[in-house]
Amino acid sequence: MDSVWEYRNLLLSGAAVTVQLALASLTLSVFLGLIGASAKLAVNPIFRRTANIYTTLVRGVPDLVLMMLLFYGGQQVVNDLGGATGWWDYVEINQFIAGVWSIGFVFGAYMTETFRGAILAIPRGQIEAGISCGMTPLLIFRRITWPQMVRHALPSFTNNWLVLIKATALVSVIGLHDLVWNASTAGRSVREPFSFMFAVLIIYLILTACSDVGLRWLDRRYNVGVDRA
Amino acid sequence: MAMAEQERTFFEYLVYISENHSPLDFMLVADHIDKFFFGTLLTLEITILSLFIGGVMAVPLAIARAYRTPWFNGPIWGFTYFFRGTPLLVQTYLVYYGLAQFDFVRESFLWGPILSNAWWCALITFSLNTAGYTTEFLRGAIENTPKGEIEAARACGMSQSRMMWRIVLPSAFRRALPAYSNEVIFMLHSSVVLSTITLQDILGVGRWLNGRYYLAYEGFVTAMVFYMVLVFFISTGFRLWEKHWLGHLRPRDIADA
Repeated sequence: MDSVWEYRNLLLSGAAVTVQLALASLTLSVFLGLIGASAKLAVNPIFRRTANIYTTLVRGVPDLVLMMLLFYGGQQVVNDLGGATGWWDYVEINQFIAGVWSIGFVFGAYMTETFRGAILAIPRGQIEAGISCGMTPLLIFRRITWPQMVRHALPSFTNNWLVLIKATALVSVIGLHDLVWNASTAGRSVREPFSFMFAVLIIYLILTACSDVGLRWLDRRYNVGVDRA
Repeated sequence: MAMAEQERTFFEYLVYISENHSPLDFMLVADHIDKFFFGTLLTLEITILSLFIGGVMAVPLAIARAYRTPWFNGPIWGFTYFFRGTPLLVQTYLVYYGLAQFDFVRESFLWGPILSNAWWCALITFSLNTAGYTTEFLRGAIENTPKGEIEAARACGMSQSRMMWRIVLPSAFRRALPAYSNEVIFMLHSSVVLSTITLQDILGVGRWLNGRYYLAYEGFVTAMVFYMVLVFFISTGFRLWEKHWLGHLRPRDIADA
């Protein structure tokens, strides 16, 4: 265990990469989830069908497969497209970007379901009341839909976030120097893979425990004014 | 030239399209499709075996948790918290790469046949992992057993164990079925970890194909299609199963009433 302490800076910098990756993918997934949920609830059948294809596709394919497809294949597509149209020169998709896009894309689909359920839980009459008061759609979203949606979405959002943090470990497979990659490299070089992997597990447990505390605080905040049995 | 064009069989036409017009080389995939089927076998083998072992482990653990059994509740909670709070990839690395750090492991009789073997290490880790998840939602299902059912069982004079087997578990299994279908799909998705410890599962074959012919998408796209087909079969199977076992909970069609 001494060597783990010696390499603590390497592990901490890896953990920082993991956290950045998780937060960036979360942002993307929330964005995609909001778009997906509004597409699923849209009147236009083309939007609904596209959103359904999106969620079905993601439910069917493991995240690592999408990640590798994006990292190795996406690179080629982008550069073929750039070469054919002449709009851009050689572009390199690095591991971080591939990780953010693939994890964000995958969890965007789960967020779509989360937000869709949360929006459906808001009584329709409240939105009608907003319309009759002359609110613009944006104002209705900000004042009526969003505050209540967050409350209904939080439990499932928490779950998605916890799964997302764990999914970031896969990015080490395509070579991003995150917590897992740094630890397994260090573990191999000092011939103590078990100690290093165990340290990684502990760090992940700390991350999930911290986010648990934070999300519970949010849950309390958004449930102020709701009677709980 | 026109003659040659006509004489082409359908198969040759496919080859022509795939080599000249399509961004994907389908023929190369078709030549190696048997490898993908072997990969599917490995993926299914590990997924099904670990779900089975994990499921068998989860039943007593969930019962102990649901009834707050004094000595076991805490340690079992620790076990499930550990396995649910950390990535399966790291757990697998810990077992496969990590255990070699200890001399006593390498000298034990288990080392040769089991602990130095990627297949066994994956099976052990996956089983423990799915046992952690299954324990927790099965515990929830057991705790949610309607009080009336238990009172009825007591009133019939059933012993504790008979009540468990006849009343509590069958109804808890049914209520856990939707969550279990998610767990099965989740486990299938997680099984891609196999390809990171040198095993040739579906993704492993895809990576091998891409590495061997220096390709960017073919192997991954094929792997994607294989996984989608598997998930489709699993979710259809569970839908039928739920229809059968949860029929009494389904809202009645308005036409029936």
